[in-house]
Amino acid sequence: MNIVEMRGITKRFGTLVANDKVDIDLGRGEIHALLGENGAGKSTLMKILYGLYQPDEVTITIEGRTQPIRSPAEAIERGVGFVSQHFSLVPTFTVAENILLGYEQQFRLDPAQMHTRVAQLATDNGFNIDPSAIVGKLSVGQQQRVEILKAIFRDCRVLILDEPTAVLTPRDTQSLFEILLKLCAQGLAVIIITHKLEEALQHSQRVTVLRHGKVVGSQETSSTTSAELARLMVGRQTTPVQRPANANASEPVVLEVSGLSVADKRGVHALNAVNFQVRAGEIVGIAGVAGNGQSELVSVLTGMLQPQRGAMRVDGQAVAFGDPRACTRHKIGRIPEDRLRGVIGDLSVADNLMIEQLDQFTIVGHLQPHAILEHAQRLINDFQIKAAPNDPVRTLSGGNIQKVILARTLAQDPAVVIAAQPTRGVDIGATEYVHQKLLEQKQRGAAILLISEDLDEILLLSDRILVMYNGRLVGEFDAAAVDLDRLSLLMTGAEKTG
Amino acid sequence: MEFLLTLLGATLRIATPILYGALGEMIVERAGILNLGIEGTMLLSAFGGFVAAQLSGSIYLGLLIAVAIGVLLSLLMGFLSITLGLNQHVSGLGITLFASGLALFLFRIIYGGESIPPALEESFPQLRIFGGTSLEPVFSQYVFTYAAFLLVPLLAWLLYRTSFGLRLRSVGENPEAADTAGISVFRTRYVALLMGGALMGLGGAFLSLAQLGAFTHGIINGRGWVAIAIVIFGNWRPWRVLAGALLFGGLQALQLRLQAEGVQLPYEIFLMLPYVMTIVAIAITGRNASYPAALLKPYRREG
Ligand SMILES: Nc1ncnc2c1ncn2[C@@H]1O[C@H](COP(=O)(O)OP(=O)(O)OP(=O)(O)O)[C@@H](O)[C@H]1O
Ligand SMILES: [Mg+2]
Repeated sequence: MNIVEMRGITKRFGTLVANDKVDIDLGRGEIHALLGENGAGKSTLMKILYGLYQPDEVTITIEGRTQPIRSPAEAIERGVGFVSQHFSLVPTFTVAENILLGYEQQFRLDPAQMHTRVAQLATDNGFNIDPSAIVGKLSVGQQQRVEILKAIFRDCRVLILDEPTAVLTPRDTQSLFEILLKLCAQGLAVIIITHKLEEALQHSQRVTVLRHGKVVGSQETSSTTSAELARLMVGRQTTPVQRPANANASEPVVLEVSGLSVADKRGVHALNAVNFQVRAGEIVGIAGVAGNGQSELVSVLTGMLQPQRGAMRVDGQAVAFGDPRACTRHKIGRIPEDRLRGVIGDLSVADNLMIEQLDQFTIVGHLQPHAILEHAQRLINDFQIKAAPNDPVRTLSGGNIQKVILARTLAQDPAVVIAAQPTRGVDIGATEYVHQKLLEQKQRGAAILLISEDLDEILLLSDRILVMYNGRLVGEFDAAAVDLDRLSLLMTGAEKTG
Repeated sequence: MEFLLTLLGATLRIATPILYGALGEMIVERAGILNLGIEGTMLLSAFGGFVAAQLSGSIYLGLLIAVAIGVLLSLLMGFLSITLGLNQHVSGLGITLFASGLALFLFRIIYGGESIPPALEESFPQLRIFGGTSLEPVFSQYVFTYAAFLLVPLLAWLLYRTSFGLRLRSVGENPEAADTAGISVFRTRYVALLMGGALMGLGGAFLSLAQLGAFTHGIINGRGWVAIAIVIFGNWRPWRVLAGALLFGGLQALQLRLQAEGVQLPYEIFLMLPYVMTIVAIAITGRNASYPAALLKPYRREG
């Protein structure tokens, strides 16, 4: 018998139909993968199941009981747990406080007892977590485990995970699925939204694909292939990009970074004497497990962080640190790690597209609306952004926000492109598109630094691969001849070579 | 020595209304609401309590009315900022303007244009604890003062050691998380506002019913704004708020004393001293201030 049956779910936002008569079933103890392009309506459907959105038409049956879900509290009461991409944790609270919040039992709190209670819960379910740790100081993977534990504590029988692996390191991803497997064996049903087809194929029993708010396929995972799923999602055959021939070693060096060091207040090095060069027409990939200094490297290179030591040159000219405007002057294009920080959500698509070149769109301080609109329309066409120039950027789906950033950055013909996690949370179609655009820039002669936790992406695009571990560059590979075993060892710090 | 003890006594007295205001504001802000209505709330409470005490002849009734006014104005703040979800700055300043105007208006109606401020025949007396010993100048305080100091550990306990405090803080840090934990953000914020309003009312009542036993328009004189600064200085923690109130009280007591000693400087310099020091203290500590993350953000469920 199915634990959840959703029938005829329809949800409109204004004229947009985000879910169109969606039917979906979830069996007890199964992992059900929900796939679809950016904006296909996956998150919307799950938010309806969790009572965050009220659908226009609906029948939701959970454990045989058919009744609408009007609020998250009702959803929890009926055994539904939801872990969204933006965790709903209180960062200043401890793990125990976060888990017990709202279920404290007593007016007087006894921290020691709270800790033992949560520690017990954690060991019972095979979690390794310190109940007294402050949540804001935990890694993303650990915070996610706190969220899952929170749901289990609330006696959740249906667990929804919205893109849980988008921000996880490969190792955390693996332990997440180990945990889920164990929980499913005890009867938990899981719905997992993901853009990574391999994950869906490997770990789920059923897959459902949404396109433009409609279910376009729902079947046993064992009876499908990644090519079929991709075709269902995008509505056409997909082909990964082909890497062109390696860059010519005689091209001039465009980006040169030397002796870069960043230390925090306690003197711990986030970056330690980092040196590298990127030539014109070359893509250099920085591989590494998250949290080994990649974020700091990106912050320094994009002018957001002042390093203690080091120098950076573009075309031989020194670039001042800690000054984002210097990036614009030296034609350094930036694709930031967190795309929501790269745009101003309340401003329109058109405004976001021109904001780095305000000078060109103003005459003595006056905005030129016609020029701005024209510019926006051109980029929206060129980059196939699914939005109107006047839409506020925050209403766009993840993939389209990424396209806005890409369009803004690449339209300026940058000499250097710093691309940090350019396809995180982006669907296959858009990922392919981003890759294609980066390769076009390479052909044009830009020097590209690609920082990504997705090793496949690094392998696919890079000419040269540098491995980052513990703030240092610990290895270099020619992409044409990568020793994958050695690469993984270097990434985990197991092999220490220079 | 005696000089120091007298100074300490004055410090405690001066710190009292500020401490009530700051503790009240702290609770409200911990739930995610900035109540800029504090200055007007304290004024109208001081006034209402005074009038009630004078008309009825009972200072206790006056006290009750002062607290009730604090609660009512906070209800209004809640209606504007929580129920309607209006901008908290505008709502709070609106309440201060409204309450101050109302106090002035009613004063004119009741007392006309009297030049001598009206005074109570009987106000709250001082409670001497170490009478006759050398500690007497320190411990000759109104019951309000003793109560204010007892409130500090009580609020610290409430905030950090009870489920109520945990919920209140969760609402100020991440209302979404609180909501999904089945905690009513709406109700918790209202409760915090009402508690804060009661404390602000007590602060006003202390001035008109105890320390002065009289009412003038300048009775609050910016103490509400100072309380807000002290909450920041205190990093939203009860004991540090106490330290801030004592620092301000101490500087104020010192400047009064120096003026009385006849130090040859324009008196405006002395008046400025506590405020300047408050700004300096906040400039130093404010850099590490950890604001409640949801402060100023109205909460609405999406969709
Ligand atoms: N609160 C909202 N108001 C208006 N439109 C919305 C809202 N939430 C979602 N939408 C729109 O509904 C559509 C479906 O969005 P949804 O977030 O469900 O997509 P998704 O499949 O989760 O995409 P992604 O993979 O990018 O997360 C999108 O076009 C989106 O712009
Ligand atoms: Mg989504």
